[in-house]
Amino acid sequence: MKINITINNKAYEIVAEKEMPLLWAIRDFVGLTGTKFGCGVAQCGACSVLVNGKLTKSCSISLEEVIDKEILTIEGTSKNLEYLRKAWDDGNVPQCGYCQSGQLIAATALLNTIEKPTDKDIDTFMSANICRCGTYTRIRKAIHKAVSLKNEAI
Amino acid sequence: MSKIKKINRRDFVKLFGLASGGIILGCAVSSDKKDFIPKIAGTFQPNLFVQITKDGLVTLISSRSEMGQGIKTSLASAIADELEADWKYIKVDQAIGHEKYGNQNTDGSRSVRTRLEPMRKMGALAKMMLITAASKKWNIAANECYAENHFIINKSTKEKIFFGDLVESAAALEIPSEKDIQLKKVEDFKFIGKKLKSVDLEAFTTGKATYGIDVRIPGLKFAAIARCPVTFGTVKSFDKSKAEKVAGVSEIIALERLKPPTGKFFGMLGGVAVIANNTWSAFQAKLDLKIEWNYGKNEHFNSEEFKKTITQRVQEKGKLVPGSYGNVNAAFKSAEQTIEATYNVPFLVHAPMEVPNATAWFQKDKIEVWAPVQDPQTARSELAHFFEIPIENITINVTFLGGGFGRKSKSDFVVEAVAISKKINAPVQVVWSREDDVQHSFYHAASAQYLKGGVDKNGKITGWLQRVGFPSIVSSFKPLSDYASGFELGQGFTNNPYLLDNFRLENVKAEANLRIGWLRSVVHIHSAFGNNCFVDELAFASKKDPIKLHLELIGKDRLVKGKSDFPYDAARMKTVLKETAKMANWGKSLPENHGIGVAIHYSFYSYVATIVEVSVKSKKVKVENIWTSIDCGLALNKDNIKNQLEGAAIFGMSLALFGKISTENGAVQQNNFYDYQMTRMKDAPNIHVNILDKMQEPPTGVGEPGVPVIAPAICNAIFNATGKRYRSLPLIDEGLV
Ligand code: FES
Ligand code: FES
Repeated sequence: MKINITINNKAYEIVAEKEMPLLWAIRDFVGLTGTKFGCGVAQCGACSVLVNGKLTKSCSISLEEVIDKEILTIEGTSKNLEYLRKAWDDGNVPQCGYCQSGQLIAATALLNTIEKPTDKDIDTFMSANICRCGTYTRIRKAIHKAVSLKNEAI
Repeated sequence: MSKIKKINRRDFVKLFGLASGGIILGCAVSSDKKDFIPKIAGTFQPNLFVQITKDGLVTLISSRSEMGQGIKTSLASAIADELEADWKYIKVDQAIGHEKYGNQNTDGSRSVRTRLEPMRKMGALAKMMLITAASKKWNIAANECYAENHFIINKSTKEKIFFGDLVESAAALEIPSEKDIQLKKVEDFKFIGKKLKSVDLEAFTTGKATYGIDVRIPGLKFAAIARCPVTFGTVKSFDKSKAEKVAGVSEIIALERLKPPTGKFFGMLGGVAVIANNTWSAFQAKLDLKIEWNYGKNEHFNSEEFKKTITQRVQEKGKLVPGSYGNVNAAFKSAEQTIEATYNVPFLVHAPMEVPNATAWFQKDKIEVWAPVQDPQTARSELAHFFEIPIENITINVTFLGGGFGRKSKSDFVVEAVAISKKINAPVQVVWSREDDVQHSFYHAASAQYLKGGVDKNGKITGWLQRVGFPSIVSSFKPLSDYASGFELGQGFTNNPYLLDNFRLENVKAEANLRIGWLRSVVHIHSAFGNNCFVDELAFASKKDPIKLHLELIGKDRLVKGKSDFPYDAARMKTVLKETAKMANWGKSLPENHGIGVAIHYSFYSYVATIVEVSVKSKKVKVENIWTSIDCGLALNKDNIKNQLEGAAIFGMSLALFGKISTENGAVQQNNFYDYQMTRMKDAPNIHVNILDKMQEPPTGVGEPGVPVIAPAICNAIFNATGKRYRSLPLIDEGLV
């Protein structure tokens, strides 16, 4: 079936089974490989994207459910994502880097929801994302840093 | 692109001219020695390269795999420092798998240890050549110029020339000889030992880094493999009628097991492979296969029974291990009291965030592979062996690794990709599902150990008996290797950090019914767990402060020479422990329900001491704080080391709290992250890292030494909080999480 979606402000027409999870359509058909596969069962957050602004695990949502919707992946940009990138850079967050696309997208959703998250907000929100390398304390710091970068810019 | 300009076998560096008008310096590093001058007779083969081009760009060809331990950045910093480069001109390329790059196996925390000096010398040498080139231009003596921030500067006139503008004339020069190289003094370092950001940061935060699973080449197919749930089981028959109908599926084929020859390689398990035009279709169709298996001899392997068996065995006399000393029996006889305890660690799996995967293209007489491999050279030789292709026709392109932890040095997944590509005559990417990864790995062995200690009337520890059993890694290379090998027992058992009066180590039989492999920190996970939990028990029995007892047991200052160039230095072990105690404010009064525990360990030539503070409320444990000090000699990149130790703390917590692979009827029972759990953000404690200033010592391991101490320190802290001992991991099985 033909499916129209917008990814990072670009329109795509994908020909695929409507049951196919968004993750694999993005990776194997659209060719954007920044969104990662980690578990396939909504357990790790490596595949996180925003669908119409809502944090979504792309391994567990079908193409059919995202028809005509707008997707933001790690290859895209948004105000909060850019502050977070700077903060990630500043804190030298990644180790292997593999989970970081998902972490950054999840953190973007967090800042879109809560302007100035507390440690507790971060714990609640970010616990859906696994980092096997264990960069959690840096991610926590970097999220606070992104908030202060944003406030400085305003 | 380059041609050899000059070869002088006595020199250690070779110079290549670049067509584009730059230079490449190549030097040879012998595999695992600190000593970097190759002892190979015959031709001199450089294996590490630094290239400087006219635009000033300095490119280091990194021969190690990058899997999150920051190797590239660390090595680059060594070059940049000696070269007096500007960090913004430094670039690192990943080398393909080839013996010309020396030993590329990224294991055992060796990378920095073996490469630092050659890297520095290369940088220094390039600088000398640039200085000579500049001095010729100015017609002054070389010592009238110096290098700074990517320029050569004329001391008297302050005139300066950009590095890039000098490379052409530098390329025409003789290479200075090694003995003329003057390395910088520690206090003059600009990059080494400083906080340096990863050279790959931007690639990581924009999704541009290409991991193995991200490789896309024209005509690429995707494959998933159904493997027998029981290790080494084979396909009896299969029905593909339903699977075939899944949209996108093009082929379904049987894959024979490729059995490795004794002593080397990994082979592949075999099974039934589904080939499709996307990963998801391959995954889906795999689930629709109906396969009958011959389960084979591992069919009855039950890990709970196995745990009982080895736990029983360590209660009785085992094989005496060389390295024991004194007479423990006499010590126990005359002891005021004896203490006994038995500890267990289960099977564990690496579960790197990026699952095993490989992309391969088999074309008649050549093979090209793109894969996240820790050990590309073994992969290459293995392919040459199984597919009978001359090794020079095999190229392994090493991608970024989304974590390795030892899993990705076993190249079975590469062999699978090549086998399929050969059969379907097309490029293919084999992707393991998380379930495949959890259920068909090379597991970290389960262990049982029994310890007995004697305490005399003055509270002195007079005897230490330790019996240990775990399936050996050697079993993956040589069937019927039922006892631990010397190299395994040498990881914290025969060489514990203590000086005891009487010490006896015994090893008991433990058969392998799963593929056994190494996982971050390897056998040190067992030895550190037994040693540190037991010292804590002895401290309690002898009414001593655990830190005081550790210090007593470490004993007098001394150097213990092993086989390597790095003797164990008891004084350094004690310093690390004292520093950690200071940092954690050991002895302070704790809030209610809180407890504190300590563990020390010596591994990969580094000294680590960790203190953990936990709280235990309504029988649930929370790790509140972790303080870790490390003495890893020269700290090449402090922020990277800090990051590694923070990660090691989380990794150690995962295995202490959740990690367990179990089997029933030979099949692994865990599936995915919901039943093989990981530490998450909400569990992450405050982690305090202290890197000791040992800039004059050679650098030692960083990636692994932080892991083994975590589990015992947590268990000791729980005892401190609750008065209850937990001697069997993981703690989730005890209802504590
Ligand atoms: S891959 Fe989607 S949550 Fe893990
Ligand atoms: S950085 Fe490696 S998994 Fe998070």
